[in-house]
Amino acid sequence: MRTKKQSFLLILYFILLMLPIYWLINMSLKTNIEINGSLTLFPDNFTFANYIKIFTDASWYTGYLNSIKYVVINTLISLSVALPAAYAFSRYKFLGDKHLFFWLLTNRMSPPAVFLLPFFQLYQTVGLFDTHVGVALAHCLFNVPLSVWILEGFMSGIPKEIDETAFIDGYSFPKFFISIFIPLIRAGIGVTAFFCFMFSWVELLLARTLTTVNAKPISAIMTRTVSASGMDWGLLAAAGVLTIIPGIIVIWFVRNHMAKGFALGRV
Amino acid sequence: MDKWEDNKAWFLVVPVFLIVAFSAIIPLMTVVNYSIQDILAPGKGVFVGVEWFREILSDSRLHGALIRQIIYTFSILAIEIPLGIMIALLMPARGFSSSISLVIVAIPLLIPWNVVGTIFQIFGRGDIGLGGAFLHKIGIDYNYASDSVDAWLTVLTMDVWHWTPLVVLLCFAGLRAIPDAYYQAAKIDGASKWAVFRFIQLPKLKGVLIIAVLLRFMDSFMIYTEPFVLSGGGPGNATTFLSQYLAQLAIGQFDLGPAAAFSLIYFLIILLFCFIFYTFMQNAEKENG
Amino acid sequence: MTRIALDQIAHSYLPKPDGKDDYALKKIDTIWDDGAAYALLGPSGCGKTTLLNIISGLLTPSEGKVLYDGVDVTNLPPEKRNIAQVFQFPVLYDTMTVFDNLAFPLRNRGIEKKEVDKRVYEVAELLELTPFLKKKAKGLGADSKQKISLGRGLVRKDVAAILFDEPLTVIDPHLKWLLRRKLKEIHEQTGITFIYVTHDQVEAMTFADKVVVMYEGEIVQVGTPRELFENPEHTFVGYFIGSPGMNFLDCRLDGKYAVYGDTKIPLSEKTIEMAKNINGPLQLGIRPMYIEFDLDGKEGSIPVEVSKIEDLGHCRIVTADLSGNELKIRIPEGVNIQTGTQKIFFPPEWTKLYSDGKLINKGAI
Repeated sequence: MRTKKQSFLLILYFILLMLPIYWLINMSLKTNIEINGSLTLFPDNFTFANYIKIFTDASWYTGYLNSIKYVVINTLISLSVALPAAYAFSRYKFLGDKHLFFWLLTNRMSPPAVFLLPFFQLYQTVGLFDTHVGVALAHCLFNVPLSVWILEGFMSGIPKEIDETAFIDGYSFPKFFISIFIPLIRAGIGVTAFFCFMFSWVELLLARTLTTVNAKPISAIMTRTVSASGMDWGLLAAAGVLTIIPGIIVIWFVRNHMAKGFALGRV
Repeated sequence: MDKWEDNKAWFLVVPVFLIVAFSAIIPLMTVVNYSIQDILAPGKGVFVGVEWFREILSDSRLHGALIRQIIYTFSILAIEIPLGIMIALLMPARGFSSSISLVIVAIPLLIPWNVVGTIFQIFGRGDIGLGGAFLHKIGIDYNYASDSVDAWLTVLTMDVWHWTPLVVLLCFAGLRAIPDAYYQAAKIDGASKWAVFRFIQLPKLKGVLIIAVLLRFMDSFMIYTEPFVLSGGGPGNATTFLSQYLAQLAIGQFDLGPAAAFSLIYFLIILLFCFIFYTFMQNAEKENG
Repeated sequence: MTRIALDQIAHSYLPKPDGKDDYALKKIDTIWDDGAAYALLGPSGCGKTTLLNIISGLLTPSEGKVLYDGVDVTNLPPEKRNIAQVFQFPVLYDTMTVFDNLAFPLRNRGIEKKEVDKRVYEVAELLELTPFLKKKAKGLGADSKQKISLGRGLVRKDVAAILFDEPLTVIDPHLKWLLRRKLKEIHEQTGITFIYVTHDQVEAMTFADKVVVMYEGEIVQVGTPRELFENPEHTFVGYFIGSPGMNFLDCRLDGKYAVYGDTKIPLSEKTIEMAKNINGPLQLGIRPMYIEFDLDGKEGSIPVEVSKIEDLGHCRIVTADLSGNELKIRIPEGVNIQTGTQKIFFPPEWTKLYSDGKLINKGAI
């Protein structure tokens, strides 16, 4: 029932959506002289110089490694603590369960700006300042509640009879959880990992506040370098392009489950 | 589904509780502590009671930021929700074209927020940006760095560009959950396209739309990074929203007391919405269950 | 009122069907008389719903034509065909009241308010929905919801036929028969053609004047419930209808007998006449209730080994072994049978012969 008009409007939207990204890519492949000299839709002097600089200059590429490190650590921590907790929320009634759940959710919704300063002081006091684990832990503030929430949704879709049968068959809880339950909610874990990755990857405020040198994320390096070296637009654009790529790769892997994660409405 | 009653389930929740509490409760206590003291030097404070709260509630710059925030939040909701529904209706339902569309739509969501700011910072510039240059070409005197209306519109455009995809994905998921029989019955009943939308699609999207509205409401209430990168909250204070103002207070001027009092009020507002959201969700689940 | 004819209909869900197996419907050529109650019976995946959707216009067949009173409507969309359809799961407009739900198809067709009100009240009365008219449709039980779905078809005066796609699936068992009786009643009162898809033979047999049995994309028999029972024209009909289903024995023809292993089963003369020219393997079929136990040693009786006797209350089912083939025999009350060797007799008038699944001794009694 799709009409030509529908496809046309959709493609128009996609073009508008991609236009700023196209411009970023376009600029990243130009020299600064060309950028400042004239407005061209395609690079006249096609150059990878900006990318080469990022990949060869340690102050740049360590930023990527830092970002990836803390994002991965965060995803692992979030998943490993959220899995048992989500199971508890989906299967058990216990003292204060509803209040706890609500309290967890409030952390998804608390503005990071509120916590900036106390975070800075706290992490400095306990020696986590400027470490990958520190940033990962700070991002747990919103990613753990989110993971519990998404996983709880997926787990509630699995009938309790499966657990009961396994326990009657003599499975211990850890064995049941790892060998039966986790495979059943594979899709849910994938979706959760995707969202953890996404929110940790796009966050800048906390990551920048809690780092100076050793764990500085790429997005923070971008802002700093630009203001220091005047306006190196080409380099800035190239760095920006490189921050988009991991996201695209991750979406491609979860594209078919993504809709389901959203359908649960738990983002 | 009936749940087992067992307080031992707490053991499963303890790790989550500890991790979140570490990053939530201790900083919150610090904020409460600051909000009732005048910090003269690190470790040296004088108890001032509700003084900071009184000061911050009568701060006209805060009022300005709050009004800007509210206007901004309602503007983006008024654009993103209808636009998101419309795009979701246009998306192909299945097959390869559907996968590709999903990936394209999701891309803006996975760009670091400051890079979103950077993209528009570049795109909107009159000299080197495609968008800015285009506007100049058709005779519009556009400059987000000096004109406050232009800056505000740019932040708005950026938000629509960045976050409408979230609404699209939510609605897309909601639409896929409608069984074919509804469309078939509507065809047999001779319903127009509009009637199908009004009486089938929209009611079935109610659940995801509540979520979309509340998420966008709350997240836009916390917006910080994108306007900060674009124009640092300016020109003047045209794009200084609540979070920007808070950061100015706490980091820029180091007014810890008022900033903490502000944080608590801010947090309470968000908490209120969070509670409404949670209640909505619970009711929606009850209706569906 | 309308007579619906399907002219050489075939349908494949694939854009380029290759061979017979790609077709969901192979070749359908039938006529649905005006005002009758039809049941479309068959196992899941036999093409019932596909056929229904072709009649209603939700699907356009790959081949063939759909005729309403001789007018070709093959390419007309459902809303132009004056047809109504009730789906497996109740389809309602959640935000509307029951009244608005019933009025919806009329309002879409621009019928004036007075007429809409009149029709809705009439139909609500007929379906016993009057007390709910002001309520939101969402909160009602599944049975009321299905009645509303049906009502949306009934309000339209000109409706040519109402199609039901397993409408009782989600109804509680104790309400099923009530609703089915209501459907029957409504059919009698309105005289609209009903086509009722089901995989439940009891539902089909109690609801319909005529049952259309489908199997693997083809219609294998159209008949009254009695015809289907007494004269299955296809082995599938024999097997699918009746509980337990028909007994089948692979056999060959030898003079006046059908021969199965060492067993000779006598046939009627007419049957022999009709079967003479058939090449290829034959199957003999007989309903469990027509097999007789031969207590006084008639000519042509056959020894079997009775292994089990089940009492179902209203009758008893005997399981017997005939040279390695299991037979089910239904015995009336008052007849006493023990396990062990017994003699049975196949009455020639109830002994059917099939070749390639199709009945060959039609009308031979």
